[in-house]
Amino acid sequence: MSVQEEALEEKRLLSKTSVGFWLYLMTDCLLFATLFATFAVLRDATAGGPAGRDIYEMPLVLAETLILLTSSFACGLALIAMTQKNIRQVLIGLGVTFVLGATFLFIEVSEFTKLISEGHGPQTSAFLSAFFTLVGTHGLHVFIGLLWLSVLAYTIWRRGITSKLTRQLTLFGLFWHFLDLIWIFVFTVVYMMGVVR
Amino acid sequence: MIIDWGFLLGRLSLDALPDNIVTVLGALGGLFGVLLIVGLLTVTRRWSWLWKTWITSLDPKKIGVMYLVVAGIMLLRGLADVVMMRVQQALFATNGAGPIDADMFQQVFSAHGTIMIFFVAMGIIFGLINLIVPLQIGARDVAFPLLNSISFWLFFAGMALMNVSLAVGEFSTAGWLAYPPLSGLEYSPGTGVDYWIWALQIAGIGSLLSGVNFLVTIFTMRRKGMTPMKMPIFVWSVIGSMLLVVFAFPILTATLGMLTLDRTIETHFFTSDLGGNPMMYVNLIWAWGHPEVYILALPAFGVFSEIVPVFSRKRLFGYTSMVWALMAIAVLSFTVWLHHFFTMGAGANVNAFFGIMTMIIAIPTGVKVFNWLFTMFRGRISFKTPMLWFMGFITTFTIGGVTGVLLAVPGIDFQVHNSLFLVAHFHNMIIGGVVFGAFAALAYWWPKLTGFRLHEGLGVAAFWSWLVGFVLAFGPLYILGLMGAARRLDHYDASLGWQGLFVVAGVGVMIILLGVFFQVLQLAYSIWKRDELRVGTDPWDGRTLEWSTSTPIAEYNFAALDAVEQRDAFWAMKSSHVREEATKFSDIRIPKNSGFGPGIAAVAFVGAFAVIWYMWWLAAVALVVTIVLAICAGMREDVERTITAEQVAAIEKKLWRTRRA
Repeated sequence: MSVQEEALEEKRLLSKTSVGFWLYLMTDCLLFATLFATFAVLRDATAGGPAGRDIYEMPLVLAETLILLTSSFACGLALIAMTQKNIRQVLIGLGVTFVLGATFLFIEVSEFTKLISEGHGPQTSAFLSAFFTLVGTHGLHVFIGLLWLSVLAYTIWRRGITSKLTRQLTLFGLFWHFLDLIWIFVFTVVYMMGVVR
Repeated sequence: MIIDWGFLLGRLSLDALPDNIVTVLGALGGLFGVLLIVGLLTVTRRWSWLWKTWITSLDPKKIGVMYLVVAGIMLLRGLADVVMMRVQQALFATNGAGPIDADMFQQVFSAHGTIMIFFVAMGIIFGLINLIVPLQIGARDVAFPLLNSISFWLFFAGMALMNVSLAVGEFSTAGWLAYPPLSGLEYSPGTGVDYWIWALQIAGIGSLLSGVNFLVTIFTMRRKGMTPMKMPIFVWSVIGSMLLVVFAFPILTATLGMLTLDRTIETHFFTSDLGGNPMMYVNLIWAWGHPEVYILALPAFGVFSEIVPVFSRKRLFGYTSMVWALMAIAVLSFTVWLHHFFTMGAGANVNAFFGIMTMIIAIPTGVKVFNWLFTMFRGRISFKTPMLWFMGFITTFTIGGVTGVLLAVPGIDFQVHNSLFLVAHFHNMIIGGVVFGAFAALAYWWPKLTGFRLHEGLGVAAFWSWLVGFVLAFGPLYILGLMGAARRLDHYDASLGWQGLFVVAGVGVMIILLGVFFQVLQLAYSIWKRDELRVGTDPWDGRTLEWSTSTPIAEYNFAALDAVEQRDAFWAMKSSHVREEATKFSDIRIPKNSGFGPGIAAVAFVGAFAVIWYMWWLAAVALVVTIVLAICAGMREDVERTITAEQVAAIEKKLWRTRRA
């Protein structure tokens, strides 16, 4: 196969995988839409338990938001470095993304454990079931993202930036930004609208 | 220190083995079947052959065949459930006795619905798509071959889980859609609903991945020159169906996930206390469930839209309107879900909206019916079995459509909801539409895939048995429904005078079984006499690209990728005589076999089984193994092998020579 054909094949592969990944993201978006709809319906079903405004710690949530947004910025820098084949910068970018993502997850998990230890677990009311599930599903996605990121970073460190890794890193970028987008909605619909009312 | 090893088995104990005679027989039968297959494979030393040629294969044609085999076997199991229900209702329901008690009866109808929709109809649809779509768009493969294998094996794992419930534990008694609070922990504390959930969840994720896979395949891998409006109409119907999969299945995944949480960690999404909202479940499950109906129906429409032109020797009438109708149905199918529960308190205006939207769907469907009829008009129709199935379809499906419009009127629905009228209606659509479509497709494409056709006489006998049996089995149900017979009855009062009609329905089912017998006979006989039934590459004088390649089809589908110039591409090639056998070949790359599909599915099966029985340690192990497998699958290198130009030339020479001989 000539170099030209090789490049064409690579382009075709990238377009195939990106179209597929966009479609997958859309299905994930619908999964979240279902959870959001359920949350919206069950938001006031507190059954004598606490409502959102009683338990949300907004400063922490704002910190989470900023941390996750910054991690996306770092991820973006890593992607730019990838196009320049700068392995060191890619790894630094991914490292920062990982640390920020892990911090986000740590804050979320400590928020959850605190709520559960105070007796406000997901079994308390329909509202808390929906809250834990929606926010927790986002957290689970972040966790999977961190796993994926570690594997990618490790492989890049071992093998350098191959065409396959370029493809995967591009997809990871899409995934990470997607999680940001979902979080914006979580922040708005769950937290902000929860304390306003 | 004494360690309690009980946690190893969770809630699994010897009590989980069946005690009812019917279940014992079913479980023993299943076990015997599996042992027989295992024994045969061992005696004939076919394990390595099975592993290399089928289980690890990434060839969509082979995956398609495996889907159809599983669906066929599950069809027989679903039919066994039908026989039990019909025998009970026809002979024993008036005196409260009979071989099947109320609890068992509930398991049987729940299993029947679940199996027929998820493991028969879905299996048939995905089998057909795997077999036909890559060929019709003139491609050599699907977009993501490994993902395709994973999808199939997840489907298989769901099926296996569903059937294991027969021998270990119990199946759901909550109907095929498991409405809470009945399906909640409080009223269904056993393992039945958990089996239902996980069988669907695993198979559903497989379907979702398939949906993405085939959309990307159709979007990016069409033959050069095949612009959207030049695609075969079956491909369009698959786009519609797969778009619905991609939009609807995430709702199922999330909904089943929430029901799982309700049942395992005791959250309160759908419970009747602490703010839970069972109606939310009903809304969500139908927001998936109604599009699901069209996921099944659209490809069947596509099949008939291929068959009618070929057997009328005319172009498809109104191709463009067909495409628009398909897409309109796909979009509208998301706007009607509430018609499944008009009586559950949404209010008059909401009901009116959903009633009208439901009736509107009849318009694009009517467009399709008229297009088929106009395609036949002044055509030179040959009434081969595929065409007979179409004639059966158009009649039963239209009747089903009319009763559907009746049900769409909320006022009428209040009278007949949850009655046998409804049961008759949706069987009219699913059997008359999807199942007849599948049989037509089998008769139509069989010679392409095997090189010989199916015996015509036995096919005709099967068709008439099915059609007559269908009318007898479901006609009485309309009448019974209008008389007030609720669905899912294991007994009723003799003074109602319903028994005669139930007996007629039972006779109908027996005639359908006769049809199934003819079909099995047809398959066996045709395979036995395959040399007499051998045909060329293009036995029906086909119009689309799948008929242009050799039979049997090479693993790379097409040796040369000639550009497509117009709709009905192969017909055009034939009539302009431009088609010459390719003489110059180039290297072809095809994917290597992979064991990841069966591997991931096996782990999913074990994990789900562990969760059902509360063996949490095993579930954790399965989760970790899944993650490791997923990482390994993502890191695979060197996934393709090359068939060189010389090899291609040799294969082609051999394949085309067999045809001429």
